[in-house]
Amino acid sequence: MEKTVNQKAWFLVLPVLVLVAFSAIIPLMTVVNYSVQDSFGQNQFFWAGLVWFEDLLHSERMWDALGRQLFFSGAILAIEVPLGVFVALNMPKKGLWASVCLVLMSLPLLIPWNVVGTIWQVFARTDIGLLGYTLDSLGINYNYTQNAAHAWITIIVMDVWHWTSLVALLAYAGLQSIPNAYYQAARIDQASRWAVFRYIELPKMMGVLMIAILLRFMDSFMIYTEPFVVTGGGPGNATTLLSIDLVKMALGQFDLGNAAAFSIMYFLVILAISWVFYTVMVNLDKRDTK
Amino acid sequence: MADLTATRPASRSFPVLKVNGSAVVMVIYLAFLLIPIYWLLTMSLKTNSEILGGFSLVPQNPTIANYVTILTDASWYMGYVNSLIYVVMNTVISLAVALPAAYAFSRYSFLGDKHLFFWLLTNRMAPPAVFALPFFQLYSSVGLFDTHIAVALAHCLFNVPLAVWILEGFMRGVPKEIDETAYIDGYSFPKFFVKIFTPLIASGIGVAAFFCFMFSWVELLLSRTLTSVDAKPIASTMTRTVGASGVDWGVLAAAGVLTIIPGALVIYFVRNYIAKGFALGRV
Repeated sequence: MEKTVNQKAWFLVLPVLVLVAFSAIIPLMTVVNYSVQDSFGQNQFFWAGLVWFEDLLHSERMWDALGRQLFFSGAILAIEVPLGVFVALNMPKKGLWASVCLVLMSLPLLIPWNVVGTIWQVFARTDIGLLGYTLDSLGINYNYTQNAAHAWITIIVMDVWHWTSLVALLAYAGLQSIPNAYYQAARIDQASRWAVFRYIELPKMMGVLMIAILLRFMDSFMIYTEPFVVTGGGPGNATTLLSIDLVKMALGQFDLGNAAAFSIMYFLVILAISWVFYTVMVNLDKRDTK
Repeated sequence: MADLTATRPASRSFPVLKVNGSAVVMVIYLAFLLIPIYWLLTMSLKTNSEILGGFSLVPQNPTIANYVTILTDASWYMGYVNSLIYVVMNTVISLAVALPAAYAFSRYSFLGDKHLFFWLLTNRMAPPAVFALPFFQLYSSVGLFDTHIAVALAHCLFNVPLAVWILEGFMRGVPKEIDETAYIDGYSFPKFFVKIFTPLIASGIGVAAFFCFMFSWVELLLSRTLTSVDAKPIASTMTRTVGASGVDWGVLAAAGVLTIIPGALVIYFVRNYIAKGFALGRV
């Protein structure tokens, strides 16, 4: 759609700007402020320059947390995107069952995040949880509070449980928008199931899949509550992701300078990666509307 | 011959038995989704001694004592009330500011519009953990700490960009000729917006409201940091079950089940639009 140039449109955006300025810019400035200052208590602050950032770049703790975070986001994207597409391809197209599937699949998305954590924490316990008990009676020595690998598997399975439906719902919406004529043409050409997927369904889903990947990346990179409830970042530091580490630093140890520098780096990493996804998404949007 | 005609209708009446690959996949997937929820539900219907004492798939003596504990204790159910208050406040504020902004983004091009749009989205990308401490200090210094409005405003951080994003997608689908015709007919902008435009994107507004509700309802980190007593959300009330004598599993499970209910209710109404909403109105 051709848009008219109208500078007065700024007035319509103004309320959003004021609100977001209050809830984003002021706090963000506080963070920037702390990141370049040092305090000796009593609310006295001194200019510290870039010391905190230098510390941060040499801090093994931060690099380890970043590595774990990247691994976590990579792992869940690698599982949830193909699985979500696969589920979407198998969903009933219309009728009662389609509605039933939609409602049941959306259910995990609307559970408060700490409850998601609680559900899995209980579910995986070997004494009272169904999963843990079953694994235990199968002779598998499963213990997510002691064994790092088990803790990782638990939080990844939990995230797959929690969010695969989002990818599936988006892919499903993309599939629904494909006109029937495409499939008929494919049938006339005697295209294989794979060819139909590769050349009709996948390209048509690309736009929504990019949104799914963008959303999943952003949210998994900021994840805090669910793994915190399940493992508390442990055993040791094995599942301490970036947010968990940051909250520990800022609200637990009140280590303002470090935490602020950490925050800024954290935000910039998310921004940079999201910007790439966003650009790809906008370009796909443009190509579609042409 | 007679046998043949007799078996034909019989074989036709059993189409259910034909193995359907898609159905199998869906049943497995839905079972994977529902079993943990089922486990929470059975736990909420058991007594603590039954939970810890033995292992059973179905509660032996179903009891609603855990729910009674929650629904009769003000410090418990006020958690739900508090959560609902700030969630509703947040939804109203987010929609009120997002509607005009989304209209501007979908209809006009103006100086810096693309940058502004991306900047708004960056707030959706901001980790709540980054904002927890500064929010705490900001709202304490203006005297809003432990009020519902503080949490509602804090949640605007991610809900306003999302609402703008979703509404913009829906508004794009409304042809521009409608606006122009209305202006020619002598409608002023506010009148046009309320009387003509809003009904046209009603489903979009519903979906945006649903998403604001949802993300505000499920968030814990900020709402926990910004409250202590008066506006304490249910999610942090739940940590109370961990006491000196161990965890009160039954009550914890019952509280968890009760937090699922509001979501399950609203989801029913928007089931046909959920996917479109997640696709930000772009399908």
